[in-house]
Amino acid sequence: MKKEIQLTIDGNTIQVPEGTTILKAAESIGIKIPTICYHDYCTANALCRICVVEIEGSRTLIPSCVAKVSSDMQVKTKSERVIKSRKTILEMLVSSIDLSESPEILNMIDEYEANPSRFPDAERREHAVIDDNPMFIRDYEKCILCWRCVQVCAEDAQYTFAINFSGRGYETQINTFYEKPLPETSCVFCGQCIGVCPTGALKPKREWLLQDGYQPEEIMLLTRTQRKKKTKSSARPSSGGSHE
Amino acid sequence: MNKNLINKVVSTTCPFCGVGCNLQLHINDNFIYKITSPFDGIVNKGNLCVKGRFGYDFIYNKNRVTTPLIRKTPQKPGARTQAFDKNEWREVSWDEALDYAADRLTEIYKRDGSEAMAVYCCAKATNEDNYLLQKLYRALFRTNNIDHCTRLCHAGSVVGLQKALGSAAMSNTASEVIKSDVFIITGSNTAETHPIIAIQMKAAVEKYGAKLIVVDPRRVEMVNYATLWLPEKPGTDVAVFSGMAHVILKEKLYNQQFIDDRTENFREFAQSMEKFTPEYVESVSGVKKELIIEAARLYANAERGAIYWALGISQSTHGTNNALSLINLALLTGHIGREGTGLNPLRGQNNVQGASDSGAMPWHYPGYQEVNQEEVALKFEKAWNIEPGGLNRNLGLTTTEILRHVHDGGVRSLYIMGENPMMSEPNLNEAHKHMQELEFIAVQDLFINESGAYADVFFPAGSFAEKDGTFTNTDRRVQLVRKALEPIGLARPDWEIIADLAKRIESRLGRPNSSFWDYTHPSQIMDEMGSVAPSYAGIKYDRIQKVGLQAPVFDKNHSGTPYLFKDSFPSGRGKFHALDYQPIDEPADAEYPFILNTGRVLEHWHGGTLTRNSWLDDLYPEAKVEIHPYDAEANGIQTNDAIKVSTRRGEIFLRAEVTEKTIPGVIFIPFHFAEAAANFLTNDAMDPEAKIPEFKACAVRFEKVPENKLPHPENHQKRGRY
Repeated sequence: MKKEIQLTIDGNTIQVPEGTTILKAAESIGIKIPTICYHDYCTANALCRICVVEIEGSRTLIPSCVAKVSSDMQVKTKSERVIKSRKTILEMLVSSIDLSESPEILNMIDEYEANPSRFPDAERREHAVIDDNPMFIRDYEKCILCWRCVQVCAEDAQYTFAINFSGRGYETQINTFYEKPLPETSCVFCGQCIGVCPTGALKPKREWLLQDGYQPEEIMLLTRTQRKKKTKSSARPSSGGSHE
Repeated sequence: MNKNLINKVVSTTCPFCGVGCNLQLHINDNFIYKITSPFDGIVNKGNLCVKGRFGYDFIYNKNRVTTPLIRKTPQKPGARTQAFDKNEWREVSWDEALDYAADRLTEIYKRDGSEAMAVYCCAKATNEDNYLLQKLYRALFRTNNIDHCTRLCHAGSVVGLQKALGSAAMSNTASEVIKSDVFIITGSNTAETHPIIAIQMKAAVEKYGAKLIVVDPRRVEMVNYATLWLPEKPGTDVAVFSGMAHVILKEKLYNQQFIDDRTENFREFAQSMEKFTPEYVESVSGVKKELIIEAARLYANAERGAIYWALGISQSTHGTNNALSLINLALLTGHIGREGTGLNPLRGQNNVQGASDSGAMPWHYPGYQEVNQEEVALKFEKAWNIEPGGLNRNLGLTTTEILRHVHDGGVRSLYIMGENPMMSEPNLNEAHKHMQELEFIAVQDLFINESGAYADVFFPAGSFAEKDGTFTNTDRRVQLVRKALEPIGLARPDWEIIADLAKRIESRLGRPNSSFWDYTHPSQIMDEMGSVAPSYAGIKYDRIQKVGLQAPVFDKNHSGTPYLFKDSFPSGRGKFHALDYQPIDEPADAEYPFILNTGRVLEHWHGGTLTRNSWLDDLYPEAKVEIHPYDAEANGIQTNDAIKVSTRRGEIFLRAEVTEKTIPGVIFIPFHFAEAAANFLTNDAMDPEAKIPEFKACAVRFEKVPENKLPHPENHQKRGRY
């Protein structure tokens, strides 16, 4: 039996087992702290900082997905400082990344009344879609670097280690080693990475083609060479269609 | 701007391997564009492999047959040919196709009797499909010539388990591997053939501190996670595992209390282990004696030791003994009947466990009730409304025997549901000759594969996504398969085709009593199966809507059986078996100096009917022969060279892959590729009890040939994975 810890979250005094994170402690009393990079079935990394909370006596805001509860902790999940921080994070994300297929983040932007044009000079992340295999595409314009794909490719699920961060600072992106095409890496195409991608940056090829206006019949008539193509336009069959 | 897709989501069970992953099909206008898996799914926890996540597109492949077909040129025994081209077939109505099949089958049965009839059921079809097809052949044609690919798969394991324990399935749940502190994997390339179980095994080692022992002639990926790898020569399993038993006996590491309380025949067994000294075992298996001693100590001293195995154990002329050598180890150490322990044959196909449970077997009715037991036959006569004495009491022919018995006075007709014996049988040149001698062949499938090409009539079946039913996975979990799509073209679910055909045959035979074929939904078939097979008595569709139940489920309140043998074995006491080492049927010699091993790869599925008609084929488009660098250098061979591989039975041409994944003296070829089918090479010698052929070892030679000898030299994909 684990020791019970008493703490206060937004004025509610509760007891939870030792080792519980603040995020889960709040969840247990129905207080939902927003998360982006956190996933119930991945190791928490506190990368996105959207889940920060204010703790009395602590100089900085604390990421609730990794911080464990301690005795008599006083937690505020919606203080002014917390809201401002979350809002800024969302404004930075939306000013540089294509969030069009991240409905959860878009909802947060609405909820926090984040201003999408707060950083008008922000340089947007621009990457060509990487279409190097017949199974799925990688569209890193949509990538928020949440790290989940790298984790499930590694110890969180598959133990395959085909992808990792490359570059530093603004240049950081998810990549294969030496930027090799996926079929030439240790990738086994399990697609666990797609399963945890929150932004549509990783997408099954057929879904991608269908969204782009291909008809199912056209998709199924692609030749072996077309299916492997590096760019979308050259994969198009000659029959034409509603491509924009 | 991206088009918004209509997202209809249907939850179902994966149609590929025996793991039984939960799938969610995302559908836009009858087109599946994505598959996901719920993270709280009990079997796979959101994880999938390449086949489960991407391999479903065979459903929409342009080569799929979606109209009933009859051959334009009537086929004659001895002159039967393969017709892959749809132009050689006439598109017909369901009525015409079914009436034609019913006429021909009835005619042959009336003329030659039940011995002339035979059927291959299907480990990919549902329990309901299989139950119904075996019922059709038993009730209407009064034959037990009913089998399916389990014979070519785990027959040795099943017979071994039945002899020793009275059971025929994995004893424990696969995900329990994280509770083991030591586990053995033998004869299984788990990372490629049961990928989701493999990632649980990797986690068991990396996160839960379990120690892994791999016993295998290949350096499979799981060796990367192993504490010990015992690289045995193919076919020496009895020696290696009996060597371990010898050490356990000599060092008194056995579980005396378990032996006293739960087993029998210990003394005779122990005596037979005398000769298996580590020195002797090293001399026959090539495994260093120190490794055998260390493996024995590790497994015996474990708190919870488990053994996982696959076809490397069973596909042997002594497959039954191989399985018994593993069972002996578990009985000796008491590593059975508790969580995290057990004897776990990993079943290959999505429903091979279920097809066996459903009675798609020549010696058993549903629920492993023996056909030659009078009281069993009487029970089924009553259940199926058949006159007393009507059902056949003789053991039927097994898969390989069915083809060998094709001759005048023997088997004259064959019904194939979803199997591809012209890829999966050993010694294919011989198998083709037998197939050509048949008088009538009906095939029910999605594609005209190497076997369907021989048929007189072809019934287009619905895929897993076009029908309702259940699959039973490798750890005995009966899970729902849901109709997610309207059938493509005129395709119909297998159970519907079978029931419709049965009614037509019944009226032609003028059988006075109907065995009942008027089902409106597969759940009624499962209810009927549960009423005759006690282990499925509690399986009801409304109980398995969210989570499947693990058989046996004895009644509608029973909660299923995660692990077997807690207090006793079905046979009472677990029986030790005295064993002796026998070499493989065809050892290497001067003429054929290497040993050929066969198996599977991650991206493909068995005979290739589904995966070679899928984009999966892009990832692995050609057959390759794995050769150890030592042998490659001695023979002047490099990776990608064109190679001719030949045995006494046939030859194929394919590319070389020089790799340490195989051991010196042994080459490996996956069997999925029709244009270079490994089974033209394999030996059809069989285990005398289980009747399983020796796919995993025969004498072979190879030589470099010019590139233009390859069937499709252009199909080449550079590949990085191990």
